[in-house]
Amino acid sequence: MYSSTVMDHFKSPRNVGEIEDANGIGEVGNPLCGDMMTIFLKIKEDRIDDIKFKTFGCGAAIAVSSMLTEMAKGKSLEEARKITNKDVAEALEGLPKNKLHCSNLGADALQKAIKNYEDRKAGKAVPEPKRVEFPVISHAHSHGEKCYCPYCNVEVTEAEGVCKSCGHTIPPGQPA
Amino acid sequence: MTPIYLDYLSANPLLPEVQEAMIEAIRKNLGNPSSQHQLGDQAAEALEKARGQVACLLNCANPKEIVFTSGGTEAINQALKGVAMANQGKGNHLVTSNIEHNAVLRTLRRLRMLDFKVSSVSVDPYGRVDPAEVAKAITPQTVLVTIMHSNNEIGTIQPIEEIARITREKKVPFHSDAVTSVGVVPVDVQKLDVDLLSFSANQFYGPAGVGGLYVKQATSLWPLLDGGVQENNKRAGTENLIGIIGMGAAAELAVQQMEARMKRLLVLKSRLIQGLKDSVEEIFINGHPELSLPNLVSVSIKYIEGEGIVLMLDEEKIYVSTRSACAAGALQASHVLLAIGRDFADSQGTLVLTFGQETTEADIDRFLAVLKNVVQALREMSPLYKKPN
Repeated sequence: MYSSTVMDHFKSPRNVGEIEDANGIGEVGNPLCGDMMTIFLKIKEDRIDDIKFKTFGCGAAIAVSSMLTEMAKGKSLEEARKITNKDVAEALEGLPKNKLHCSNLGADALQKAIKNYEDRKAGKAVPEPKRVEFPVISHAHSHGEKCYCPYCNVEVTEAEGVCKSCGHTIPPGQPA
Repeated sequence: MTPIYLDYLSANPLLPEVQEAMIEAIRKNLGNPSSQHQLGDQAAEALEKARGQVACLLNCANPKEIVFTSGGTEAINQALKGVAMANQGKGNHLVTSNIEHNAVLRTLRRLRMLDFKVSSVSVDPYGRVDPAEVAKAITPQTVLVTIMHSNNEIGTIQPIEEIARITREKKVPFHSDAVTSVGVVPVDVQKLDVDLLSFSANQFYGPAGVGGLYVKQATSLWPLLDGGVQENNKRAGTENLIGIIGMGAAAELAVQQMEARMKRLLVLKSRLIQGLKDSVEEIFINGHPELSLPNLVSVSIKYIEGEGIVLMLDEEKIYVSTRSACAAGALQASHVLLAIGRDFADSQGTLVLTFGQETTEADIDRFLAVLKNVVQALREMSPLYKKPN
């Protein structure tokens, strides 16, 4: 299912962990969607001196995180800003179609971490990343995609309030 | 390294006796059971022998009530669509549970497009349906109740007999999807008193692509497939005789060996559950502790995602299934796990471990040892996991 490059990065992920004195942190996704990624940056003189990640997610999500950190390490912020999700997927020799959403996390997390660094530098108040604690039953959208009934899996319109298939009330959605 | 296969639910190996029966049938070059000549008679005889063997497994007194199909999915589609269509004049409402297999859920979704209404009863945290809820859901418009015998993700066995008493009293046909039960645990259609019951050969060491539907006499049913007069006019198309012969052989073995198999499986199951509790912290064992399949353990492992576990175990030649959204391809959490109260995140780290004939205690032990390391490795990568101090 996965390319050998994906499997290599999944099996031996590079740059796993946290950076204690990180000066840029970016977190995207949430566990409800099945993927969550945190990128830690140590930026020195506008260059990514060190980068580490922590990821909750499937094999593709872990490989994307690993590849992304490899691509970003040592780059100037200007260069790093140009890394797109597509670049990461290409470097991994492609991802299965239904996994492309995983690769959408990688570059987003990096950009968020860079922004976090810049905000800190500019002296802006940086809110602590909000951690979604495991809530009781609710439903999530897969990164802005379709909405499914959490009880019977049928695609539903949130506005309808009730699943046409199983009759359950649809609880309010979690922001993806 | 010998592979360890803990994915019997996905595919069962064919037992040697089943292989023999099928190979013999292939070599004999049996004809078409519908033919008028001697070769046809010979084929028809083989077909009816298999029907008898399957009827015996279900304790069905009249083998004519068994209709062979291309597997569980077809049997379920046949039961639901067939009964709904045949009863259009009577009503347009069906009752089900919210933990059914997709073969049921998606068939019902299709029926909704034809203006059928569906009520879905919920389950308790063990995944059990309350028969009283089923009774409440039945309306004068109800043409069918369909509740699975056992669940394919968590193994919980439903109170089918009690539900059947209710449907009998209310004169509503009752179908049970017994695909994961038949051939594994006793399923007695007379005792259960259901009107329709679906099963699949591959769950009891028969070939994939063969199954059947028990249809109690006098049940109104439109055929899903129209054409010839095979299967008592209930399923057109030349029979998959080789496969059906394999299913017959597997059914006969299941009858003979079920008790011994179950005893063995229960030993493996409790070793596996105890081992999981001992070796991995922060897990949930899903399903009912007693009223459940002897060959299935569902475990939710917090803070990690199932596909990663499957891939890492695969490296060690250990084969398991996960119910994570990512692996399912649909990017949706399992509706069964949500129905029993697991949240989206915990559902992600769920493995369905199914075992059988060739599984040994040593397999279970090695699986547990490897799993412990895999879970640790993935948890260390997970931003959700906080190491215990």
